Amino acid sequence: MDHEIMMAGFGGQGIMSIGQLLTYAAMREGKKVSYVPAYGPEMRGGTANCTVIVSDRYVGSPLTSAPTGMIVMSPESMAKFQPVVRRGGCLVVNTSLIDEKASRRDIEVIEVPANKLATELGSDRVASMVALGVLAGYTGAVGIDHLAASLKKVLPSHRHNLIPVNEKALEAGAAIGREARERAAVKV
Amino acid sequence: MGELILMKGNEAVAEAAIMAGCRFFAGYPITPQNEIPEYMAKRMFAAGGTFVQAESEIAAINMVYGAAGAGARAMTSSSSPGISLKQEGISYLAGSELPAVICNMQRAGPGLGGIQSAQGDYFQATKGGGHGDYRMVTFGPSTVQELVEVCVDAFDIADRYRNPVMILGDAVLGQMMEPVDLDQAKVKPAPAKPWATTGAKGRKPNIINSLYLQPEVCEKMDYHLQEKYREIEKNEVRVEEVYLDDAEVVGVAYGTPARLVRAAVEKLRDAGLKAGMIRPITLWPFPSASFEKVVAGTAAEAGTGNRVKSFFVVEMSSGQLLEDVRLAVAGRRPIYFHGRMGGMLPEPEVVLAEMRRLLTDPAAVGGEYGLNYVVPALKPEAVAVAVAGAVHARGAGDMGGTGGGAR
Repeated sequence: MDHEIMMAGFGGQGIMSIGQLLTYAAMREGKKVSYVPAYGPEMRGGTANCTVIVSDRYVGSPLTSAPTGMIVMSPESMAKFQPVVRRGGCLVVNTSLIDEKASRRDIEVIEVPANKLATELGSDRVASMVALGVLAGYTGAVGIDHLAASLKKVLPSHRHNLIPVNEKALEAGAAIGREARERAAVKV
Repeated sequence: MGELILMKGNEAVAEAAIMAGCRFFAGYPITPQNEIPEYMAKRMFAAGGTFVQAESEIAAINMVYGAAGAGARAMTSSSSPGISLKQEGISYLAGSELPAVICNMQRAGPGLGGIQSAQGDYFQATKGGGHGDYRMVTFGPSTVQELVEVCVDAFDIADRYRNPVMILGDAVLGQMMEPVDLDQAKVKPAPAKPWATTGAKGRKPNIINSLYLQPEVCEKMDYHLQEKYREIEKNEVRVEEVYLDDAEVVGVAYGTPARLVRAAVEKLRDAGLKAGMIRPITLWPFPSASFEKVVAGTAAEAGTGNRVKSFFVVEMSSGQLLEDVRLAVAGRRPIYFHGRMGGMLPEPEVVLAEMRRLLTDPAAVGGEYGLNYVVPALKPEAVAVAVAGAVHARGAGDMGGTGGGAR
């Protein structure tokens, strides 16, 4: 199964970090994987996004026009990326910052107050990590254990003191993602 | 197998250059290849080499000329508009027979174009972007791992033939991160360079020059270069052939589009359809023999090659690689083309759908957006003429000018 995953938000939310963490974790799990950061005019507007393709066999295009999994962390990214999610795919919405309700009915929308949950866990800065946990829990693209084990690779060494809170954020998100998966299974 | 690490294409090619013994790098910033000089700036000093952020692309290529002349493994990198500026220097490297590696992470053009991925510089790289009758070995890698491997190969070939070598990447390849095993790169030590200008202590001075005012002397030099290019054509073709034994439709692409074609081929095989692929890794010398193998003879003659019904070329350009495929196929099979330009990537779904149609319903091909051409096959009586023409065009004739068969 191929997972074509995109994440988007504004600069400083750790979008590139969670993209790289997902990529490292997939590599660690023995999957084929690619990561492409947005580097063009789309990032000049203060938004950041990246694309991660996880495959059991072969990564063809490292970009996608219709992601099977999407994380939006800011209102701008919600407006831009909700329409492109592939039918049957999932959209993780950070409701701490996004008031807009998702209008798509042909995708699984998982609403998560990521900043609020992150603050409760001890640091507002791990909000995107909560969202990544949700996506991984729902899609099964990579194991949460592999994500946690890859934190050392992605966080700079002076941030390694934050690994425990990042792990908690991933776990909390994964629980929400798995729950959503079970709900979706019941619906089907 | 070494450890897999995650690297950006731009960083990986820079690290591979250092591994290959590159100890001089000069460059000038341009998106989307800035991570190459950035990485070199960080890494080169510790490696005991020299990094220069030059005042221009032209200065950088001429610094590379100087360093190569002094015997160093030298490199520069840029992206399309910057590579145009380097063309004079590349011609001088070819004329003076100096080894150097130039990396072009292509962006859209012409002019300033855009900063997204494109492949409009194929002609410039493979047909001689600078003046004069020269050739440049050109690699068209399609993964970050392959960027590493061809970079090491590039330094080796450059030294062995004393010729500039280009790594023709694209923006996506430069920007993307993929797992890389650096130990897979086979580094060979640089050969002795008795021709280098190293101070002439205790020996006669060496002269590095490309000026030959007497036509007889200049032609002699040109013949020498042509002989060298024939040697390179004979020895240095790199190509990946995928399911060529029984393929009915053969995809052709290099760089990022090759990934899309390769993925499509695998999906079509899953569906029991006989798709295959010729993926040129060197764009010059071009892997004409891989095509010859599958189009030689007529359809009536039994042979593994004759199952191929058509070729499908995919590029991020209006059809430049396509022209080399036409020369190699020489009218013996129809060639279908799908291209996007301006920084747009071909859609994987379109590539898959078009290739599927070619296998199942060729009449329906070409319905998708993008540039789509068909180059029809010639009538049999015209093929003989076209094949002879192609042999001449790709220089397979011998130096005596008596013509010659395809290799």
